[in-house]
Amino acid sequence: MTGLLEVDNLSKRFGGFVALENITLSVRAGERVGLIGPNGSGKSTLVNCICGTLRNEAGSVGFDGHSLNGESAHQRTRRGLARTFQLPRPFASLSLADNMRVPLLYTVAARSGRAAARDIDDRCVALLREVGLDGKARRLPRELTQVEMRKLELARAMAAEPKLLIADESMAGLTHSEIEDILALLNRLNGQGVTIILIEHIMRAVMSFSRRLVVLVSGRKIADGEPNAVVRDPEVERAYLGQ
Amino acid sequence: MRSDLFLLVCLIVGGLIFGAALLLNNDYYFFAGYVVLQYVVLSTAWNILGGYCGYVNFGSAAFFALGAYSTVAVHRLDPMPIPVLVAIGGVVSGIVGLAMGYLTLRLRGAFFAIATLALAVVLETLIVNWDYVGGSRGAYIVRPETMPPFGSYIKYLFLIMMLLAVGAITVARLIERSRLGYGFATIRDDELAAEASGVPTLRLKLIATTISGALMGMAGAPFPYYIGFLQPSSAFGLDYAVNSIAMPLIGGTTSWVGPLIGAVLLGSLQQIATVTISSAVNLLIVGFLLVGFVIVAPNGIIGLFHRYVRHKPDDPVGRREVRIEASESAPGASL
Repeated sequence: MTGLLEVDNLSKRFGGFVALENITLSVRAGERVGLIGPNGSGKSTLVNCICGTLRNEAGSVGFDGHSLNGESAHQRTRRGLARTFQLPRPFASLSLADNMRVPLLYTVAARSGRAAARDIDDRCVALLREVGLDGKARRLPRELTQVEMRKLELARAMAAEPKLLIADESMAGLTHSEIEDILALLNRLNGQGVTIILIEHIMRAVMSFSRRLVVLVSGRKIADGEPNAVVRDPEVERAYLGQ
Repeated sequence: MRSDLFLLVCLIVGGLIFGAALLLNNDYYFFAGYVVLQYVVLSTAWNILGGYCGYVNFGSAAFFALGAYSTVAVHRLDPMPIPVLVAIGGVVSGIVGLAMGYLTLRLRGAFFAIATLALAVVLETLIVNWDYVGGSRGAYIVRPETMPPFGSYIKYLFLIMMLLAVGAITVARLIERSRLGYGFATIRDDELAAEASGVPTLRLKLIATTISGALMGMAGAPFPYYIGFLQPSSAFGLDYAVNSIAMPLIGGTTSWVGPLIGAVLLGSLQQIATVTISSAVNLLIVGFLLVGFVIVAPNGIIGLFHRYVRHKPDDPVGRREVRIEASESAPGASL
C-alpha cells in the first residue's frame, strides 16, 4: 500500500441493487480530493464503507498501512479516519464543548494515552474557537444556525485529530458567504496536513477546493484526475447533463 | 463534589435516616422504608441503561427476581450472610445482563424493549419449572427474629438496602461524571455519530446492561428474607417493571438525582396508599402520575426544576457543567 487511503475493488449491494461496483481509489497523504456524482451514485455509500458504517461485500479498504477490513467504525476513527455527516448529527443533549470532548476522550486520549482534564478543556475551547463557536461553548446544538451546525460537525471531526477527513456535503443549504467560511476552514485544515475528501454538489466549491476530482455514477468510478480535465470528460458531461 | 466526599455525605444522610427511623421505634417504618430504598436501587439501576443510554428495559423484574432466587438457591445449599448473598445476586444478574446485552443490543427502540420483556417471561417460566427453588409452589425463607446489635431483623435488612441505595447512587453519579457517562450520553443521542467519534458503542452498552442488571439483582437478593415466602408471581411482579421505569421518568432520566426523587416520591406515595386505601391502587397511582408527567413535564421533576427555577433548558442536568475530574482514574478510562 502506498497511499494514505487505499480502496481496492470495493463492492456493495443492497439486496439486488448494486450500490458500488469494483471501486478502486488511492488517496495520498495531504491530498485534496473532490468526490462528485449525481444523487444515488454511491458517494455516501462509499464513505460509509470506508468509515465502517456499512460493511462491503467485496474488496478491501486500507488506511495508513493497515487493512480496515473487519474493523468497526470507532476503531477506524481511532486510526485517524474522521467524517462529517450529510445531515449534521450533533449530540443533542451535550453542550458544544462536550460535543468536542467526546472525540477527545475516546479517540485522542485512547490513542495517545493523554487525558489530563485541563488539556481537554483547553482543546475543546480551541477547537470551537477555530470554527468561531467558542462564544457558544455552553449552548446546546439546537440553538445553532444551519452554518453553525455544519461548523460544529467539522469541529467535532477535527477533534478526533484525523489524518483523513471526509466531508460529506458540508456546504449543502448554505449561502455563498457561508460556503466561503467552510472552504476557508477546510483549506486551513489541509494546510495543517490533514488529507481531505470533499463530497459536494456545489461545483464552484468543489472546483475551487479540489486538486483532484473523482466521479461516481451508478456505483462505478467513471473519472479520476485533474478537476478541469475531469469536468470536460465526455462521459462525465453525459452523466451530469444527459446525452 | 469529589466522589469520595459524595459517598461520605450519602453515608451520613443514610445514617441520619436510619437513626430517625430508630427513634420512631416502630418496625413498620423499616418495612415501608425498605421498599422505598429498594425502588431507589431499582430505578437508579434502570436509569443507567434506560436514562443514560436510552435503551428502555422492560425486564427489570427478571433481574430483581434473579437476585432473589439466587438467594433462595444459595440458602438451600448453605445459608450465608446477606452481604454475601447480595454479592452473589449481583454477579448472577450481572452475567445475565451481559448475556442479554449480547443477544439484544443490536435491536433498538421498541424491539429492544420487547426483547427485554421476553427475557422476563422466559426466566419466569424457567423458575416456575425449577423445583429446587420452589417452582410454582414458592419457597419459604425463615428469617431470624433478631439480628444483634440492630434488634429486629427488618432493621438489619433496612440498613443493607440503605447501603445498597447509597452504593447505587454513588455508582450512577460516578458514571455520569466520567468518560463512560459521556459515552452513554452519545449512545442516547446518536449511535452513528458516537461511533464516528471513536465511542465503542457496543462495548459501552454491554457495560451498561451488566452494571444495571447487577444492581437490580443486588436489590433483589435480600428480598426473600424480607418477604419470607417467595413465589414467582411476587418476584417477577409487574410492580417492579413498571415502577423502575416510571420512577426515573417522573424524577428525570438524565441525572442520578431523577431516579432518587422519583423513587422516594412514588415509593412513599405507594406506601401511604397501601395503608390508607389499598395496595391495589399502587399501580393506578403510578399510571396517573406517569401520564400526567409525560404530558406536563416530559423531562421529569428535574426538567421542571431547570425550566422554572434555574431558567435553563430542561434536557441535561448539569451536563454542560460537567468537567472530567481525572480522566485517567475514571471508570472505563481504558475503554
